[in-house]
Amino acid sequence: MHFLFATRDELFITIAKIAILLFIVLTVNAYLTWFERKVVAHIQSRWGPHRVGPHGLLQPLADGVKFFFKEDPTPAGVDRLAYFLAPLLALALALTSIAIIPFGPEPLRLFGHDIYLGIAPLNLNIGILALFAITALGVYGVVLAGWASNSKYPLLGGLRSSAQMVSYELALTMSVVGVLLMAGSFNLRDIINAQGPMPGHPDRGMIGWNIWPQILGFFCFFIAAVAETNRVPFDLPEAEQELVAGFHTEYASFKFAMFFIAEYTSMITVSCLGTIMFFGGWLSPFPASWTLTHYLPSVVLIPFGLWLVLDGFRYETVLGRVVLPAVGTVITALGLVFIVFPHVNAFIQAPFWFLSKVLLFLFVYVWMRGTLPRFRYDQLMAFGWKLLLPVALVNVALTSFVIAAKLQWGAK
Amino acid sequence: MGGEMTEPLLVFFVLAALAVIGAVSLILQKHPIHSALSLIVVMVALAGLYLLMGAEFVAAVQIIVYGGAIMVLFVFVIMLLNAGAEERTSLSKMAGPPGLLLVAALAAFVAATIARSGSSVQAAAQTGALSSTKGISEMIFRDFVYPFELTSILILVAILGATVLAQREKS
Repeated sequence: MHFLFATRDELFITIAKIAILLFIVLTVNAYLTWFERKVVAHIQSRWGPHRVGPHGLLQPLADGVKFFFKEDPTPAGVDRLAYFLAPLLALALALTSIAIIPFGPEPLRLFGHDIYLGIAPLNLNIGILALFAITALGVYGVVLAGWASNSKYPLLGGLRSSAQMVSYELALTMSVVGVLLMAGSFNLRDIINAQGPMPGHPDRGMIGWNIWPQILGFFCFFIAAVAETNRVPFDLPEAEQELVAGFHTEYASFKFAMFFIAEYTSMITVSCLGTIMFFGGWLSPFPASWTLTHYLPSVVLIPFGLWLVLDGFRYETVLGRVVLPAVGTVITALGLVFIVFPHVNAFIQAPFWFLSKVLLFLFVYVWMRGTLPRFRYDQLMAFGWKLLLPVALVNVALTSFVIAAKLQWGAK
Repeated sequence: MGGEMTEPLLVFFVLAALAVIGAVSLILQKHPIHSALSLIVVMVALAGLYLLMGAEFVAAVQIIVYGGAIMVLFVFVIMLLNAGAEERTSLSKMAGPPGLLLVAALAAFVAATIARSGSSVQAAAQTGALSSTKGISEMIFRDFVYPFELTSILILVAILGATVLAQREKS
């Protein structure tokens, strides 16, 4: 398999990419907790974290330090191998799945090498399958944690969650089959490109995305994805009232943090996957001929940066009056750079749209957490097997029928 | 084969060692969950070997179906039954020596077969076109569509049988 054994330069590039992506993902993870707490707080008419740092921005750092220095007791009678393996497995698999995601179409030319955004090789023809394979293994982290803890609540939580994840994995996989049929490929880059301008098709912007013909598939995908990541309203494995904290009840300190990071990372992965499958990945929602929309990144960044500067000067604490205007200045400068250098602006388009869509997905996740009550366990199972799976299957049948009909009688 | 240690060969030996160690540990472990974990290691190592041979699709399906679905079911059932550590009876201890003999015989047979067809083993690594997703789907849904459908009917019958048996137990 030649792509596994790259030249030495490519090896170094890949290692550098892994380090950078790891740093970015972990930082985003940390600030996702801040984002979630802030959004949920505002939904409930509270302020959320605001004591540590300006607008509570240093709260994730404080949390991280706290996780490191907490006592880490190991309960009596645990199965040591599985107990220590479980958080490692959960975190490692969650982080691995990010490696499959491509973040942009154009390579960055640096030191005479084409550096593509994303770790997986371009011709990873089993992209989506590889992602599902890694998710499928992710169940073990939860199951082993529940079993190894030698305690009743984790065991119940582990059993619940393994049943839930296995059930919804089926619906999740079936829901994207329609997209795969339309793209004719497992490769994530091909799936995105199939939603963009094609020879013979005019460039229609967001009209060409899979969300319109695959609206049924998206419905199933999104619900199954929320269930698969154990988030509200499907967070039965860790239902506080019934199971304390479910499978990670007996974990403390950094081992708990590993489960926490794994959960948030899989949220990011699933959001990326939804963006790729149904919302055109890095494609702009506007046709490429609308050149004015290329300045949208600047139009978003500059006012936001200026607002941060103006608002920052009036902040209560001295630290805030220094940090917020500084961050605002950097953001404004970034926006100006995009206007002044057309090359940079052209390069930034794809990642900009990709990240915006992922952010929107993450916001919906948090929004749901602030809004919806939890399902009952039997409702959850009935919903998955009796509604979601049949709808996904109908969607597959409908899509195949339309594609077959187009091939048979299609307008050439 | 030349004596040169190329990178694919190195990866092959690492994965093969992993698979063998996992398989041995599967038998030697006392606790069913540890045995199941060992089996997962074997499955994943096998998937790596498939990937090494260029069979991407088979590798992914190996992990999804065996590593994911089937082994999760195994672990789930072991947890649900709360199976304890294995108990050694005099009969299971007696099964050891004949089992070792059988293992030796099987290993000798497999080694002899491989030694006799040395060239075809190397050829197996180059069937990249056949192992692609498209090649596999053409084989399953065109060339061998009737055997494939028959197998699915067989599986359906098995599922129905299991359901009927489970229902009878309940009532």
